[in-house]
Parts: sequence; structure tokens; C-alpha cells
Amino acid sequence: MREEQPIVAVTPNTLVGEVKTLCDQGWRLVQIGVTSLGELFEVNYSFDRDQHFLNLRLQIPAAGASLPSISGLYWCAFLYENEIHDLFDVTFDGLALDFKGTLYKTAQPFPFANRARAGVSTTVVQPV
Amino acid sequence: MATRTVIPFGPQHPVLPEPIHLDLVVEDEKVVEAIPSIGFIHRGLERLVEKKDFTEFVFVAERICGICSFIHSQSYCQGIETIMGLEVPRRAHYLRTIWGELSRIHSHLLWLGLMADGMGFESLFMHAWRVRERVLNIIESTTGGRVIFGSCKVGGVRRDIDEPAMQSLLAALVETERETREIVQVFLNDSTVKHRLCGVGKLSHEDAYKLGCVGPTLRASGWAQDTRKLGYAAFDELTFQPITRTEGDCYARVAVRCDEIFQSIDLIRQAAAKIPAGEIAVKVVGNPNGEYFVRTEQPRGEVIYYLKGNGTKNLQRFRVRTPTFANIPALVKTLQGCNLADVPLLILTIDPCISCTER
Repeated sequence: MREEQPIVAVTPNTLVGEVKTLCDQGWRLVQIGVTSLGELFEVNYSFDRDQHFLNLRLQIPAAGASLPSISGLYWCAFLYENEIHDLFDVTFDGLALDFKGTLYKTAQPFPFANRARAGVSTTVVQPV
Repeated sequence: MATRTVIPFGPQHPVLPEPIHLDLVVEDEKVVEAIPSIGFIHRGLERLVEKKDFTEFVFVAERICGICSFIHSQSYCQGIETIMGLEVPRRAHYLRTIWGELSRIHSHLLWLGLMADGMGFESLFMHAWRVRERVLNIIESTTGGRVIFGSCKVGGVRRDIDEPAMQSLLAALVETERETREIVQVFLNDSTVKHRLCGVGKLSHEDAYKLGCVGPTLRASGWAQDTRKLGYAAFDELTFQPITRTEGDCYARVAVRCDEIFQSIDLIRQAAAKIPAGEIAVKVVGNPNGEYFVRTEQPRGEVIYYLKGNGTKNLQRFRVRTPTFANIPALVKTLQGCNLADVPLLILTIDPCISCTER
């Protein structure tokens, strides 16, 4: 069984408008996920309505990545966005609940960002 | 205005076998705000995929959770098989369905036991876990494992269930069903249980959807959303309807899970009656190249696997959104306004699995 999974390309500028349209149409936010593509991050916003699956996809530079938060439309997005921040060092503007990097207590900051592989030193936080 | 106090709840607490922390802002005995913290045991398994062969990674995926372990391995394998265009034998799909539903039964019984324990109803807790032991015995007799089945692999399954073993399984289910009906009567009708659960932690129909809830938490608020209706594995050939309640309170979430145990028993019987003969696996040649979002129904609700391969033996990306992660925002909302004494039960009714969440 292969489910139809349409992907709609968006940009950081059009993201909130597209998400609002889906929100108004009654789509449920299923997940937000990031894939590292070297110099770029690919971000997938997945939605479901009546067992139909839809993705909004955008790409942003991995270094200094920033996106507008959609937690104003889908409050539950705060958890995904905090997770992405803590793992990938992507900042979100307008987060409904900002943990300021304390959602995950990882030994290495932003462990899923590309810094370690790129040879950039990272500060290791010793457990207390 | 009453004085506000912040009460730390967890990560170590008698009702929490796994670590989640909540800062509960209370006014007298009322919770006015709850701020969650997770990440105490984040394992970074999603990153490990870059170092493991995609066929070996099934073992890691299965260990994301110690309760719904099999469905994790099934989801992973389904994703790889879809990307690679593998035609898995129907018998393997049926076997996966049977083991997946056995996982659901033992998970729900485990949870019912924890719920009883949370209410201080120790004898009910022991009865629930006694019945669960029967299910674990079935799993052990058919897979060799009780927690980690190790039966799923890319391309099919490793083990078959022959006819005598299937008959033995069905016979054990008869007794399991009878005993489960006895304890479910207590969960649904006992006055002390109802007193603790009815009207507590209400999640409205609209909020459950807007907050991105999944599984029994969503269905207890009236949404007939069950990922098994997508028809993966053998579910396209089995007859069932999602179990729903409309009350949206703790009692409704208990009732949905109770009914789902019997639904799973029925699904196993249907699958045992329809399972075709034949091979249980196909040979896997090549490496995955492409991407796919897998959606399956775990005991706690819909899980999403995102798999992306680039034609090498290592996947480029492996991402899991677990059902507990999706239900945390709803937990935060329902805690607002509840009594402090109800917090443990309210947390339990989303059936939190932090092990999954900290994949």
C-alpha cells in the first residue's frame, strides 16, 4: 500500500499564509520535521484531513536558519518548533511557548546541526 | 487572587515510570498552568541511522519502545519496502497484523494496570497485569521474545505461525477475552473508579483535533480517526470500525482502550481465519532511494515515520513522530483547571510513553 502524499513547495515568506489556509480548511497538523541536506535544511510540515496526507516543504540555509512560527495557528506546533530549535539550531519567530533551548537536555548543543561534521567545535555540557 | 505556587511534578514520580517533568502552577488546589519538559533521556536514535545498514536498523527501530516495539519495526520495514517497491507476501502482512494487535492488547492491559495503580486500586492492577501475562506468553510462544519480538524484517517476517500454533494462540485468546471482560467490568462500572474518572480532564471535540491529538485520546473526544483504516498490512481485508466515545474525559479514554482490546482480539480472529498460505518474505536487493512518510496505528495512536534514502546502504534521514509527542499539547491544555489530586490520573490517560518520545 502506497499512500498518496502530495508535496507543496512553500517559502518562509508564504509559509504562514499556506498554513492558515490549511487550518481554515480543517487540516490537522501531523508533524514538523527537518532533514539536513548539507548546506540546506529541508523542512516538512505534514497535515491530515479525513485520512488524506499533505506536506508543505521548504528549504532554508542551515547556517543561521530562521522561520516564522505557526504556533499562532496550530498551538501544538510549539512542541515541534522547540524540538527543531534544540536539535537543529533553527530559530522560530513568534513561538507561543518558547523553551529557549531547554526542551531537550542534550550533552552536545544542537546535535543534529551540521557543525560537528563540518569540523566546527562545539561546547560539551557536562552532566550535573 | 490566591497565591500562586509552582509545584514540580516528575521526572521521578510514583505514577511515572518514565521521565517527564511538569511545572504545575497552582492556585490553592487548582492547576492554572502546566509547563512540560522532556528530553531527559533523549537517545538520538534518528541520527544513528547514518551509521547503520538499513537492514540492520530494524533492530534499532524496534528498540525505540519497549511496549509497542513490534509496530515500530513494522513501520520502519513498511517504509523501506514502499521506497524500494518490494512486494511483501500477503502471509507476512497477516502475521504482522496479528503480532501488531497482540502488542496493542498487551499495551492496553499494561496501561489499565498502571491506571488502577494510579488510583490506588492495587488488586485491579494485579489482575490487569495477570491477564497481560497471558498475552506475553502468546507472543513468546510465537516469536521467542516477550518485549522485543525480532520477527519483522525488511521484505517480510522472520518467523511463521504454523497451524497448531495458530490454534493454540486462538485458544489462549478465548481465555484472555473472558478474563479481560471481568476486569473491564470493574473499570467501567465500579463506583470508585467512575468517581475518579468521570468528568475529569475533559478534552472537547474541537480541542482534541486542533491540538493534534492521536489515538484513543482523539477517539475519546468523538473523532473516528484510526490509521489502520488506511489499510496497511492486512487491515484492508479486515472488518472493523474505529471505537469512539463523545465525553472526552478520563473515563472515555479508559472506555475506548477497554473496547479496543476486544476489537484487537476480533481482528486477530479475522486474520487467523483469512491468512493465506505462502512465503513469508522476499529477498531484498539494492538500497533504498527515495522518501516516504509511513503512518501506522500504535496502541497510543498514529505514529509517523519519515524515511529518506539516497541509494546507499545508510539512510539519509530517519524521523519518528511518536503518538505521545502529539498528545503532550493536549495534556498541557487539559491540566489547566484540574484539581492537583487529579494530575497523576490525567497524565496517565494519555498513556504517555516517554521512551518512544525520547527516540
